[in-house]
Amino acid sequence: MTPENRAALTGKHFMNGDFASAEGAIAAGCGFFAGYPITPATEIAERMARRLPEVGGVYIQMEDELGSMAAVIGASYAGVKSMTATSGPGFSLMQENIGLAAMTETPCVIVDIMRGGPSTGQPTMAGQQDVMQAKWGSHGDYEIIALAPSSVQEMFDLTIEAFNLSEIYRVPVMVLADEIVGHMSERLVIPAPEAINVVNRKRPQASPEEYFPFKPDENLVPPMACFGEGYRFYATGLTHDERGRPRTSSAEAQQKLVQRLCDKIRQNTEKIVKIKETMLEDAEVVVIAYGISSRSALSAVRKARERGIKAGLLRLVTLWPFPDNHISEVATRVRAIVVPEMNCGQLVREVERAAKETPVTFLPKLGGEPHRPMEILKAIRRVHS
Amino acid sequence: MPLRIWRKPLDADKIKIPQAEIHIIKDRCKGCGFCIEFCPREVLETSEELNVRGVHPPKVKDENKCTLCHFCAAVCPDFAIFSIEKDCGGGC
Amino acid sequence: MNEELLHPLEGFLREWMMPHIWCEGCGNGIILNCFAKALSELNLDPNKVVVVSGIGCIGRISGYTNTDSYHTTHGRAIAFAIGAKLAKPELKVVVISGDGDLFAIGGNHFIHAARRNIDIPVICANNFNYGMTGGQYAPTTPLDAWTTTTPYGNIEHPFNLVHLAAASGAVYVARWTTLHVRRLTESIKKALQKEGFSFIEVISPCPELYGRYNQMRTSLDMMSWFKEASEVQHHFDPAKAEITRSKIVLGEFVDIEKPSYGRLLREKIAQIQGKMRGGE
Repeated sequence: MTPENRAALTGKHFMNGDFASAEGAIAAGCGFFAGYPITPATEIAERMARRLPEVGGVYIQMEDELGSMAAVIGASYAGVKSMTATSGPGFSLMQENIGLAAMTETPCVIVDIMRGGPSTGQPTMAGQQDVMQAKWGSHGDYEIIALAPSSVQEMFDLTIEAFNLSEIYRVPVMVLADEIVGHMSERLVIPAPEAINVVNRKRPQASPEEYFPFKPDENLVPPMACFGEGYRFYATGLTHDERGRPRTSSAEAQQKLVQRLCDKIRQNTEKIVKIKETMLEDAEVVVIAYGISSRSALSAVRKARERGIKAGLLRLVTLWPFPDNHISEVATRVRAIVVPEMNCGQLVREVERAAKETPVTFLPKLGGEPHRPMEILKAIRRVHS
Repeated sequence: MPLRIWRKPLDADKIKIPQAEIHIIKDRCKGCGFCIEFCPREVLETSEELNVRGVHPPKVKDENKCTLCHFCAAVCPDFAIFSIEKDCGGGC
Repeated sequence: MNEELLHPLEGFLREWMMPHIWCEGCGNGIILNCFAKALSELNLDPNKVVVVSGIGCIGRISGYTNTDSYHTTHGRAIAFAIGAKLAKPELKVVVISGDGDLFAIGGNHFIHAARRNIDIPVICANNFNYGMTGGQYAPTTPLDAWTTTTPYGNIEHPFNLVHLAAASGAVYVARWTTLHVRRLTESIKKALQKEGFSFIEVISPCPELYGRYNQMRTSLDMMSWFKEASEVQHHFDPAKAEITRSKIVLGEFVDIEKPSYGRLLREKIAQIQGKMRGGE
C-alpha cells in the first residue's frame, strides 16, 4: 500500500455508516477535515484523523464548531476539498459560517448525523429533526443542497455526490443521515478509483486582471480562483457586486446577488434532485420517506402489496432543493400520501405544499427509535380504505 | 557640549547632500495633522487652501530643511504625502 | 509640486477599492501603510500573500491590500486562516483584525491558534472600543472609561493582550503604537518571516469615538498620549505590561523558537507515509 493508492479502498467491506462517509470523502478527493467530536458523528472525525495523513491530507480538531466551519471555508478557498461532520448541537453552531459559505459561494460538505433534539437531547438516539434547519438555519436568503442516505452504501456514494454537487454549484452541501444510518454496519462496495466520478470546481478562463470572482457563467455559478494563483481577489461576507466590492447601500446589488444565490439551485433543481421510486407505477397510496424511515416504509409497502393494496414508495435521496414538481406530479396519480418522519413535522410540510389537493397523512415517531414497518402499514391501510 | 567644527571635512566636496522633493496628494488628505506635527525638522505647515474634502492639506514651509527621513510618508494614514530624492544631475 | 507621480506604495493597494473608509486620524490607515511598507521591503511572492480580516473598522483592511483577501464573519479570521494555511502551506496567510474581533467573540480561536503555534502572524489594531458599531466597550477598554454601553464608566478590567498572547504560547509578541511606525514596520517584517504564531498589538487612535468620549478629542490628542506614556523596553515581563494612562510599555516581549504546527504536521505525515512505503 502506498499513499498514492490509499485514497479509494477498493473492495468489499463490512463497515459502519460514519466510516463509510469518511471513505467516500477521501475517495472524492477531500484533503481537509476540521471538526469537533460529537456523538454520533465522532467516528467520522476519528476515521478522517487516521486516513487523511495517509493520503497527505490535513485533519485538525478545532476548538469548537464555529471555528471548524470557518477553517473548512479557508481550506476550500485555498483550493482543497474540505468537510466537517457534526450532529444537531454542532450543526446549530455551524450555521453562522454556513451562511458565510453560502454568501461567498464556497464548495464544502457538512455531514450532520442527526440525533434527538432540541439542545443536548438524546445524543445516542436517532432523529430526523434537523431537516428544516439544514435549509433555513442561517439568517438571510440562500439555498443549499441536502442529501439523505438510507444505507451504508449510500453514506459512501452520497458523500461523493455531495462533494461533486458542492464543486459544481459552489454551495455548502449537507449529508443528513440519522444516527441509525450513521452507526449501523452493512456491506459496502468501494469501486476502483477509475469508476468513481469525481467533479472539480470550474477554474477561471479570464486573466487575473479581468477576473471577477462573483461573475456567473450561464449556469449562474462563477468559476472559482483560489488563493496563491495570482488572482488577488477579494471575497467578503458583505453584500458585494461581481467584482467583490462591498455594496452595502445598493438595493440593486443586494437583489441581484441574493436572487442569484437562490436561483443557481432553484433553476437547476431538476439536474440536482435524486429520487428512488419503488412500485409507484400503479400505486394508489404512496409513502414518501427518507433515511432510516424509508427502510421501514419499504418493508411496509411490500407487506401492503401482499395484502392487495397498491402501495408504492417514493424515497427522497435529495431533501433540498425539494422536488416540488415531481411530488406534485405523483400526487395527481395517487389517492393518498403517507409521510413517516422521526420529528414533529418537518419535510411533511413540503410534501403537503407540493401535493396540493391530495390528502397527506403525517406519521410522526419521536423518542429516537425508527418506525416499525407495521406502524407504517397500519397507516397505509387506514388511508387506503 | 555644543559641537564645534574647527575645519571643513576633507571629503566635503565629494559628499552630495540629497535634496528633497515633497509630494502632497492634496485630495487624499483628511487633515489629521500627523505629518505637520511629527516632522522632526518642521518642514510642513497647514495650508490656507481647501481640498475636495473641505480640509486644509499641508504645505511645505521649507523644502531645504527636509532630510528625507520619510516619517511623514510613514505616519500618513491616507497615503497623501511622500518624499523622494530630487534628481539633481549636476546642480541643485 | 508634480502631482502625477504615484505614491511609492501604490502597487500594494487595491486601487479600485481606494480611498479607504476610515476616519480622519484613524490609526487603521497607518497600520495599512506600515503593512504595505513591510511587504515592499520583504522578498515575498505577493501572489502568495493572503490577508484575512474579521469584522470591524480594521476588518476592512483586507479590501485595501493588493493581495488575495478574505473578509470573514466576526471573530473567525484566525479559524479561517488556519484552514487556508494548513490546506496550502506555501501561502503566507496574515490575520489583521481588531481588539473586539480577536479577543471577545474570537478569543477562543486566538488562544488555541497560539497554543498550537500555527504559522500565522496576527496583527491586532487595539483602539480600546468597538468602533464600527459606534464606540461600545471592548475587552480592552480601560476601567472607568466612557463608551456608549458604559455610560456610567466601565467597571470591567481589560485584557493585557501581550500577556494573553505570551501565556497562550505565541513565539513572538510585540506591542507598538501607530506613532512608532518604523519599529512597527520592522516588527511586521519579523512576524511575517518567523515560524510559528506571532502577535503584534498596535495601539491605535480612534479619535471619532473612543478618543472623543474620553477627553482626547482630536487624533493628535491620542497620538500625544502615546508619545507621553510609551516607553520601549524589550523583553519586559508581559504580565506586568498593563496599559495605563501614564504608562504603555512597548517593545518585543517574547521572541522564542518553538516548532510550529505546520512543521510537526509535515513531519508526522512524512513519518506515516514513510511507514506505508516501507512495506507495513
